[in-house]
Amino acid sequence: MFYREAGQFKTSYKADQAVFPILQDRLAIAAFLAIAFIVIPYFGNDFFINSMMIPFLIFSLAAIGLNILTGYTGQISLGTGAFMGVGAYACYKMTSIFPDVNIIILIIGSGFFSAIVGMIFGLPSLRIKGFYLVVTTLAAQFFLEWCFITIGWLYNYNDSGAIEVPQREMFGIIITGASASPVTRYLVVLSIVVVMTWVASNIIRGRIGRAWMMIRDMDIAAELMGVRPLQAKISAFAVSSFYAGVAGAMMVFLWLGAAEVESFDVNHSFLILFMVVLGGLGSLLGSFMGAAFITLLPIILGAIPGILGVDINAATLEHVKFMIIGALIIFFLIMEPHGLARLWAIGKQKLRVWPFPY
Amino acid sequence: MDLLYNIFVDPFVQMAGTPDFFLQVLWEGFVTGTLYSLIALGFVLIFKASGVFNFAQGIMVVFAALSLVGFHALGVPAYLALFLALAVMAALAWTVERVILRKLVNQPEIILFMATIGLSYFLIGLGEFIFGGEPKPMITEELGLPTGSTVVDVAGGIVILQHIDIAAALIAAVLVLGLAIFFSKTRIGRALRAVADDHQAALSVGISLNQIWAIVWFAAGIVALATGIMWGARSDVSFALQIVALKALPVLILGGFTSVPGAIIGGLIIGFGEKIFEVYWGGLLGGGVEGWFAYVLALIFLLFRPQGLFGEKIIERV
Repeated sequence: MFYREAGQFKTSYKADQAVFPILQDRLAIAAFLAIAFIVIPYFGNDFFINSMMIPFLIFSLAAIGLNILTGYTGQISLGTGAFMGVGAYACYKMTSIFPDVNIIILIIGSGFFSAIVGMIFGLPSLRIKGFYLVVTTLAAQFFLEWCFITIGWLYNYNDSGAIEVPQREMFGIIITGASASPVTRYLVVLSIVVVMTWVASNIIRGRIGRAWMMIRDMDIAAELMGVRPLQAKISAFAVSSFYAGVAGAMMVFLWLGAAEVESFDVNHSFLILFMVVLGGLGSLLGSFMGAAFITLLPIILGAIPGILGVDINAATLEHVKFMIIGALIIFFLIMEPHGLARLWAIGKQKLRVWPFPY
Repeated sequence: MDLLYNIFVDPFVQMAGTPDFFLQVLWEGFVTGTLYSLIALGFVLIFKASGVFNFAQGIMVVFAALSLVGFHALGVPAYLALFLALAVMAALAWTVERVILRKLVNQPEIILFMATIGLSYFLIGLGEFIFGGEPKPMITEELGLPTGSTVVDVAGGIVILQHIDIAAALIAAVLVLGLAIFFSKTRIGRALRAVADDHQAALSVGISLNQIWAIVWFAAGIVALATGIMWGARSDVSFALQIVALKALPVLILGGFTSVPGAIIGGLIIGFGEKIFEVYWGGLLGGGVEGWFAYVLALIFLLFRPQGLFGEKIIERV
């Protein structure tokens, strides 16, 4: 009833191949974008934008990156945190080498460095799969972490070992650095995420994405049908690491402002894998839902005692948060192994047939 | 040339020049390797019987050790605390089987894997909630474990052997032997192997999967407790152990996921390799190579032998 595509006829191939062929989807997306671009910057306070929306968007992008690799190509990776780190450190180095280049170009450009690193560590995927691959991506994780500490060149040999974001502006507006306003940074992050999500959805719909999904579903059969495993797997690693790298660069430059190696440790790799699995493997929408769940849940849980007026000390709260997140992950895996995106698919079907049960 | 000399000649000159130090490094490697093997053993037990890649094994080690120390801190005698800690692991095994595994039968591997990561998050939170986050000393003496050290004269120098390390190696050997006998000679052990071989066939001859899973998680819990005691005796019981436990993964890669002897030998290779590489080559790279050496070794190894040292050859059919 509410979500009925009957009667929406396509009269050209172009219309049939649109990203959102259904009118309701287009309207919903337009509404979401309007809220994200106009309503939130206008009405949201600094805490909401800086501590909720910006991390949510950045982790969504990282989750999309991992989803390309794990959800669409079927290669499990625990190295996302380190690939984000590669992007961040590359971006930092480039700002100190090319101080005059536009910061947005550098942020996007840093993705290429992590793409190259990702391709190198993706090479073993040609011979091994499953949990064996997990170990090789863990090798990437720990090796790169060690590089971030040991190679002083990466952080310009400063004493703290941390990378700090210089102030950069575009069109006279300060975008990065301590004095950039949260709203500006939010809008930059949002624009990059929207554009890159759109690019990702088109890659996935196209020839490359289909090759990835064939590799995921059955690699030998895909090979027999003419998909080249080398190209498909390595391109998945490259695109995935590119997204992770850009997300990492944004995380440091547009959110944290400064970062050490702890910001890219193995726990972040786990968190992003959680986002992907909880959101739904092989779903872009799911990446957003998973990222929202994982980033917003701790904030909401942290606010609950304050609302209820119960006084709990910070350490206890932290432990209880861990327990609740762990329990919720297990709960969601049991209730809906296909992720939150599946709930949306079920909801859509219900809307379609409403008011009838089926 | 200097670099080549430092890589290919100098370390060996050092090894030959100070054989006592080299033996000490080997011994350290052996002990670390034993502990890696024990963690890997816990992984293998569960993977064999249920096909679940139990990510929570590392936190189970911490949790077991913490409950032992925690019971003792409450004034329970050490040996009774040991039994209580075992009871905790049994309860954990039963709960995991009831709450998680039973509900997730027949799901893809990655879902089960994620569930065990969720479990480890839960256990981290629970452990810190109950016992607090700070490191605790292991009750080595109260358990009757030796604490002294022996100095051996060898090759014109001395090698120091900590008694606790010798005890760790012995306990590991006993555990492995016990598990081997349990697997091959007892009724439950045969049932475990049947389940590992084929779930459906095992079900059809009347083996209860649920029961087997609870038993095997409990067995992994026992191994975890032993590991926790040994590791805790060398350095305090803390949650940092959980990241170290990840090193069991490259150990498993070397040994093959389903092989108990593989886990032992893989652990020893990683232990020896890591220590020797750190001591003799680490300085060239700026130190701290222990963190990744095991993984990179496993990665290189996988390129040549994807199924591990003792794993079964992977045959794929379309």
